[in-house]
Amino acid sequence: MLSRSPIGQSVPRREGVAKVTGAAKYTDDLVFVGAWYGKTVRSTIPAGRLRSISLDPAFDWSQVVVVTAADIPGENVVHLIRDDQPVLARVGGDIRHKEEPILLLAAPDRPTLEAAARHVRPEYEPSTPVYELDGALEVYSTIQITKGDVDAVQGEVIERTFKVGLQEQLYIEPQGAIAIPEPGGAIRIIGSLQCPYYVHRALKRALKLTDAQAIVVQAETGGGFGGKEEYPSMVAIHAALLARKAGRPVRLIYDRHEDLAATTKRHPGVITHRTTVGKDGTLRAQDIEIVLDGGGYCTLTPVVLSRAAIHAAGPYSCPNVRIRAKAVATNTPPNGAFRGFGAPQSLFAAELMVEHVAERLGISSVDLRSKWMLRLGDTTATGQVLTESVGSELVLDAALKAAATVQPSNRPTVRRGRGLSLVFHGSGFTGSGEKKLQGTIGFEALADGTFRILTASTEIGQGTKTIFCQLAADALGVSLDQVVLAPQDTSLVPDSGPTVASRTAMIVGRLVQEAAVEIKQRLGRGEKAPLAIQKSYIQPDSLSWDETNYRGDAYPIYAWACTIADVDVDLVTGEVRVTDLVTAVDCGKALHPVMAEGQIEGGTLQAVGWATIEEIKMKDGGYQNDRLATYLIPTALDAPRIRTILVENPYSRGPFGAKGIGELPMDGPAPAIIAAIHDATGVWLDEIPATPEKVLAACALR
Amino acid sequence: MRFTLNGSPVSLDVLGSRRLLDVLREELGLTGTKEGCGEGECGACSVLINGEVVDSCLVAVGQVEDCDVLTVEGLADGKQLTALQQAFINHGAAQCGICTPGMLLAAHVLLQRTNRPSADDVRVGLAGNLCRCTGYTKIIEAVLSCTT
Repeated sequence: MLSRSPIGQSVPRREGVAKVTGAAKYTDDLVFVGAWYGKTVRSTIPAGRLRSISLDPAFDWSQVVVVTAADIPGENVVHLIRDDQPVLARVGGDIRHKEEPILLLAAPDRPTLEAAARHVRPEYEPSTPVYELDGALEVYSTIQITKGDVDAVQGEVIERTFKVGLQEQLYIEPQGAIAIPEPGGAIRIIGSLQCPYYVHRALKRALKLTDAQAIVVQAETGGGFGGKEEYPSMVAIHAALLARKAGRPVRLIYDRHEDLAATTKRHPGVITHRTTVGKDGTLRAQDIEIVLDGGGYCTLTPVVLSRAAIHAAGPYSCPNVRIRAKAVATNTPPNGAFRGFGAPQSLFAAELMVEHVAERLGISSVDLRSKWMLRLGDTTATGQVLTESVGSELVLDAALKAAATVQPSNRPTVRRGRGLSLVFHGSGFTGSGEKKLQGTIGFEALADGTFRILTASTEIGQGTKTIFCQLAADALGVSLDQVVLAPQDTSLVPDSGPTVASRTAMIVGRLVQEAAVEIKQRLGRGEKAPLAIQKSYIQPDSLSWDETNYRGDAYPIYAWACTIADVDVDLVTGEVRVTDLVTAVDCGKALHPVMAEGQIEGGTLQAVGWATIEEIKMKDGGYQNDRLATYLIPTALDAPRIRTILVENPYSRGPFGAKGIGELPMDGPAPAIIAAIHDATGVWLDEIPATPEKVLAACALR
Repeated sequence: MRFTLNGSPVSLDVLGSRRLLDVLREELGLTGTKEGCGEGECGACSVLINGEVVDSCLVAVGQVEDCDVLTVEGLADGKQLTALQQAFINHGAAQCGICTPGMLLAAHVLLQRTNRPSADDVRVGLAGNLCRCTGYTKIIEAVLSCTT
């Protein structure tokens, strides 16, 4: 028995040795004898109708498997929210975006596969594509949040509109799945994915499989960040259709170009704030409009919009709030889940609005935040009363204390500046999401004296495997090596819900802890191993949510962060370099401090990239820079020195007080950086990324 | 063709124009070397050729005739991790782990060449290897912890 609890200790990562020796097996590392290679043929037009597809008779098709929409045994949908996205466009059916899948191929070797792809002859009837948010094709969803009456308020009104751009998740391991036909009509999928049961459900619908016939297994996964939340369902269904027709395993592994060109991005959007304040800086009203571009199919857009809307007022207390949000369809590749899930977009606007109001009033924006920020007992835009673990003051104080004085740059053309942001992020699913989902885990005491956790929560780098074992070992009072995890395989583990929404450690981790406690009690009462139990999430009665009116407890709890960014702006080149960044994060409790810091630092750098260099240029409905040579993410040389301060402010229902922090670090850096650019140059940018072109243009207008 | 791989001689009958990356992964079963972009931008496929960090997706296997090739599988001595590998675990430098093999090799060379690298030296040394999980902070800490 271990006397020292592993909680709060930065124990070695469970799969650490495998990862540093090259032994860890990612999807493309797995060998299946006799497997063929798969490929997706995609539309080259952004809008129109697929008139026909023919196969060039001059090509030898005897060694190639071809799958079209007609080969789909079940429904031709990638099941998610709206079921509007086809697995493959059908002949006579609509094309809603470039790179839309129209046909699948498999061949025994790559040269044959590539040659076959060149001999597929699709014909289209193009129509006029729609890219503008104003004249959009359709509205995917709308949300209105109302608190008080913004129209009845008097005072000084400040209005500003902000724009945010597309962003690629850029996990370093591209999307991929291998499908293996098994006896009894079953299909086994092994893939790079975040949510085994999302894939499981989608596979059942499209291939008309039973629960047992659809088997989904997560391989070691090289990053997700939301990008492997919904898209793997598409990859898996495609691989499965090919494998079923070929009667052999098929590997469908995207290269980077295909991954960049075809898979989901962060929703771009336009956000307008009209803020009413009193002369003393009192926040009287926030009137906010949000429009997000969902792209060609709905994917997770309504849920992204929901999180955007709920966070749109920022972490501030305001008696009168109106948030009108909508997400629309355009003829671009669908946008989807990406760390932060709408909140980074709306918080970017909210935080810069504080700066603009402070500037108009001639007071410090830090003072204004202190005046406005939500504190214990305050009420959010949805009417949620914050009853515990409100970290606003703690993180603001911690970040201000930690940031050194800004020294001027010694380069004559460079101006240095500092900016700050304060954000909050709801942990876990929105509203009744966790209640509806009822995430479940299994827990076993085995006859050999070890314990086994059965969960569909996936390890994607953030530390799920390590944290779950820490929680179980602590509750049982055993050493870490006495706890093992069952593979993330839908034929073995129950549906713990998707690995998204900053919910894994907080919601599923808590279930692991509760299950371990129960097992220990039962063993203590004389029951004998083997013992197996299941635990499902039970929503506390104290939480209530009105989905129709968007009123009530939007999230079980919020995590908080204050970020201070220092930037150098080169007035000649327009280049923005984030040099130093301090971020104080109220995580409730750091179950594993090194992993918590690492997750925050990684999210922070993604946000720095979004704010500065990560830009996608559109051309004819497609992405112009769809290669890693042209879509740039920060390197070690571009990355600022990042200092993380973990503030522990426990939440009563989190394991040991832990709150979800996976998405939070994506929220704060962008507005802090834009404020820092203003501090350095005197110009305000309303749009990110702050590319040299935008910075120079703004400076020239000044 | 012949070359030395992780200290042992190998002899292969393969097309010289095949990518070293594919030959390592598919013919020799060394899947620690990863493909992230296939165009020399991400560094996930980094290997050492005669001690130089090279993107193996850009190298035809014919080019390594008689060369010394080191992959991530050749770093540890049996089960004994190198100090750098251990530091990556201790400092949380490997998260999803897909960039880790390439990152380790780039850091390995840096530590061999530079006696006491500064944090900025490490940033320069690892600039060809992209990581999307860590923000690089923990990787830099891990590398610096291996200097005396």
